Amino acid sequence: MDRFVFLTVDGLSRGAVYAAFALALVLIWRAARVVNFAQGAMAVAAAYVAYSVSAATGSYWLGFGVAIVAGLLLGAVVDRVVMRHVDHASPLNPVIVALGLVLLIQAVLGMVYGNEFRPAEAPFGRSALTVGGVAVLSPYDLFVFATIGVVVSGLAWMFARTPVGLRMRAAAFAPEVSRLLGVNVGGMLTLGWALASGVGALAAMLVIPTELGLHPHAMDLVFVSAFTAAVVGGLDSPPGAVVGGLVVGLLLSYVSGYAGSDLTPLAVLVLLLAVLLVRPGGLFAPVAARRV
Amino acid sequence: MHRTAQRGLAIVSTIALLVAAAGCGGDDGPGSGGASVPGVTDTEIVVGTHMPLTGPASAGYSKIAPATKAYFDYVNAAGGVHGRKITYKVMDDGYNPANTQQVVRQLVLQDKVFAILNGLGTPTHTGVLDFLKSNRVPDLFVASGSRSWDQPDKYPGTFGFNPDYTVEGKILANYAKANLAGQKVCFLGQDDDFGRDSLAGVEKVLGAGAVAVKQTYVTSNTNVAPQIGAFKAAGCQVVVLATVPGFTALSIGTAARLGFKPQWLVSNVGADHPTLAKQLGAAAALLEGMVGTNYLPMQNDTANPWIQLFTKVNKTHNGDAPFDGNTVYGMSVGYLFVQALLAAGKDLTRENMLEAVQKGGFQGPGLVPLRFSATDHSGYGGQRLSRVSGGVQSYFGPAYETDEADGPVNEYTAAPVAPPANGVPTVS
Amino acid sequence: MSATGAVLPPKNRPAATGDRPVDRRRGSTLLRHLAVVLVVGLLLVAVSYTVEPFRNFQLATVAAYLCATAGLTVLTGLNGQLSLGHGALMATGAYTVALCQNAFADRGMTGGWLLPLSLGAAIVSTVAVGAVVGVAAARLRGPYLAGVTLAVAVVVPALAVTFDGVFNGEQGLSVPVEPPPLALGPYFPYERWQLWVTGAATLLAMLLLANLIRSRYGRTFRAVRDDEVAARLAGIHVARTQVLAFVVSAATAGLGGALLAVLAQSVSPGAFSLTLSLFLLMAVVIGGLGRLTGALWGAVLLVALPDLTHSLTELLTLSPAVAQRLEGNLPLAIFGLTLIVVMIAAPGGVQGLLSRLGRALSARWSARRS
Repeated sequence: MDRFVFLTVDGLSRGAVYAAFALALVLIWRAARVVNFAQGAMAVAAAYVAYSVSAATGSYWLGFGVAIVAGLLLGAVVDRVVMRHVDHASPLNPVIVALGLVLLIQAVLGMVYGNEFRPAEAPFGRSALTVGGVAVLSPYDLFVFATIGVVVSGLAWMFARTPVGLRMRAAAFAPEVSRLLGVNVGGMLTLGWALASGVGALAAMLVIPTELGLHPHAMDLVFVSAFTAAVVGGLDSPPGAVVGGLVVGLLLSYVSGYAGSDLTPLAVLVLLLAVLLVRPGGLFAPVAARRV
Repeated sequence: MHRTAQRGLAIVSTIALLVAAAGCGGDDGPGSGGASVPGVTDTEIVVGTHMPLTGPASAGYSKIAPATKAYFDYVNAAGGVHGRKITYKVMDDGYNPANTQQVVRQLVLQDKVFAILNGLGTPTHTGVLDFLKSNRVPDLFVASGSRSWDQPDKYPGTFGFNPDYTVEGKILANYAKANLAGQKVCFLGQDDDFGRDSLAGVEKVLGAGAVAVKQTYVTSNTNVAPQIGAFKAAGCQVVVLATVPGFTALSIGTAARLGFKPQWLVSNVGADHPTLAKQLGAAAALLEGMVGTNYLPMQNDTANPWIQLFTKVNKTHNGDAPFDGNTVYGMSVGYLFVQALLAAGKDLTRENMLEAVQKGGFQGPGLVPLRFSATDHSGYGGQRLSRVSGGVQSYFGPAYETDEADGPVNEYTAAPVAPPANGVPTVS
Repeated sequence: MSATGAVLPPKNRPAATGDRPVDRRRGSTLLRHLAVVLVVGLLLVAVSYTVEPFRNFQLATVAAYLCATAGLTVLTGLNGQLSLGHGALMATGAYTVALCQNAFADRGMTGGWLLPLSLGAAIVSTVAVGAVVGVAAARLRGPYLAGVTLAVAVVVPALAVTFDGVFNGEQGLSVPVEPPPLALGPYFPYERWQLWVTGAATLLAMLLLANLIRSRYGRTFRAVRDDEVAARLAGIHVARTQVLAFVVSAATAGLGGALLAVLAQSVSPGAFSLTLSLFLLMAVVIGGLGRLTGALWGAVLLVALPDLTHSLTELLTLSPAVAQRLEGNLPLAIFGLTLIVVMIAAPGGVQGLLSRLGRALSARWSARRS
């Protein structure tokens, strides 16, 4: 029982980060109909900026803030400089460009910082508080949950209640009509990229201290888990991303704890098949109207 | 009809283009080189290697080849070996066996290297053993502790360098047996031959069944909390780690997080203190008391004449890169290769190179002897234990020697040799 | 043809073939493709004698990759299904060949017919895996299909570690391959023989694929890609067509993996990682999606681009400090930048660019003649 509680808590704290990263993927998918394979590399780039700033100033929080700003900027730049010029006639073209970006960003980071692990600081203690002899959440886990809770509710509020959120949804849902109604569709798209990239940077800042450390490839594996989470939840659904993230986190933790860590990829495949064969659009897919 | 003809034309022209691209510098026949030795002229010896310079596995390892190259440049500046300068061609394989196939063929078939030196990695290098054998390319000082390199009958041209993982497991277990008697010993290993061979070594000394909890990890899953949690739940007091540096740091960090503080005994693969401390950052103090192993001079031992020599070479020929265990490793490989070249004599051929290595007897920076002989192609035959104390990793106790079978773990007492005054080996 | 004819109910045939008077030309299509294959084959033999062994090996690698990229082109380009898991299908073929060749070698069996037998077994096993994945894939679209195939790409190499008793974990298996037949002479270069073997197998596969694409099946593939509802109204069984496309694609990918294993004389899970699957996708899109020539360009780029970027960076002379930073990273950066620039400048890939160029040239030529 102790072990079950331990694995559950551990899985949830990882799952929360997958959820944040999956949310970033969902944001771009909803805005631009692109699965952004460069999300991980872009987030790592932002985390490196934070590393440099923190190292120079000695302040974790300054680096944290700069990482999110860098993420927002990087997203906007990627949209304006690269993605805007890609022919979206074939849905694969943006995917390939994103893969090219991954290679480019990782290589540049390798040149600037070297292919070495850099320490990633955590702002709060990671030692678990014990309750009744069972190790439960650490202060850092609480920080992760709180941050992601704030981000999710902030985004939900923005999309539901603010004019800019409504314009973004309109621009993504019906670009032609929105343009006629005077919505700056291109600007909304850039904003979507920036937001998604900012959330991705935040997720990287949260997850990298729990992993091997800062490295150009630090988010590769997280990307795979987060993409799985987004697919399980449904790429059109932000709540789906959150639930998907937590489910994947729990699954990985239980399987490595009870069965062996080499079986985790198989478990992920089984989960995907089980969910998608019942609901081909993910758990939170809206009821699909057939388009002819 | 027209379209298909056009397509056919396109295919043909494509192939023709390929021919044109590939045709330049065409060279034919196996015997066209005559009696000359590939990669060797009167003024030059070309040697190649495959290393992960990029990718997730490149951390740390990417510093080895530049260090070896720096040592060769140092030797070249002093006149080379028998008047020949050493050219070291370093190819990046990203630790991907498919890339290794390509780059090693490029080195052997196109660049015509004399030998492959210090190719890194078990899965990567295993794939090119047969190719190197059929092309009779000396395959020297492979950078991995797998026992596959020691098969003189099957692969007569392949020689190891690192002590194998079983030897290492035996020496770590021997320490636990002698100094931590009665404590509960547990084991975390990588889910491949590294972890398996190391566990075999541990169990050879402690006895099968003496390891209370055995766990494995895969590099594609960076959460080791379930494994460490199992150790804690079982009340392990000693944990042997057969882990790469990233996972050593991760395991120690995760254990601290769970309030679990066993005695760590770490394989030399993942025990380099500067690498671990850098990765743990502010949490580097967790490494205090960690017992590791190594078989080359400790990088922070500035009184050691080898470290003085390598630091000098690092300054003059390696852009004064950060000096750590990988730098020492790379330069030691370079030193051994130069020794072997000297022993092979002025009339350098692939055959007399292999004979010279097989004859053995190389005295260098290593703390224990190399085992090279006609029947043994494995590298160093032992290790010495180190401990982190006050943030400094240093050796303690004697060096130990053993074999990968059931032989005892013996102390090795011969005094280490000092490097030659000018840092370049001479014919012994 | 008749063996797979059962996949479609007979009443569909007129609907599927009625759009063009193809039946009269079918014989000549096959002949034309045969002629092209023969010419290319002869050319390859000629090339194998004129270039050095390393180039022979590279060409053989191109041939092996071509199987995989052509299979992916059929699936993604012609049928509109996205797969991020073709690396895993290649691994299936590669491991099957390894296990077969080892079984033969252990029993002391020799003979030239063993290798084709192993390759056949590789295709059969990949077809089985492809059918299973294909049935699941037929229910999924877009990113959801990408998600499942990505999981497949991660799972298959991991299985080699889980069942290390059979697959020998990360270290993998060696693939014993017999030397060239003695009839070719005692000094026949091994790499030339490798090119002959992979070239022959690949050309055969391309011949079959080219005919398939030209056939009724090719048209149903495209019909499903362009508009599923319209295809269904035209009497095409959409799910069956998608599974068939997946199976065909898997078979060629499996052959590609098997040939790669024969070339490398070894298999290991690290060689068939997710990266390989992503690179295959890059190759077919950069080469030009939807055409076999595009797949060829993609395969060429997969082999040539890393080599070219490496040679390019070797031309620079750098101080040790700078070299340490750039080594390995600079070729990757150039590779990534090339992908982005090509995709933006030529969305149709290399083949699209070439045919645009060809059309412009021929328009000019005919304008001058008239």
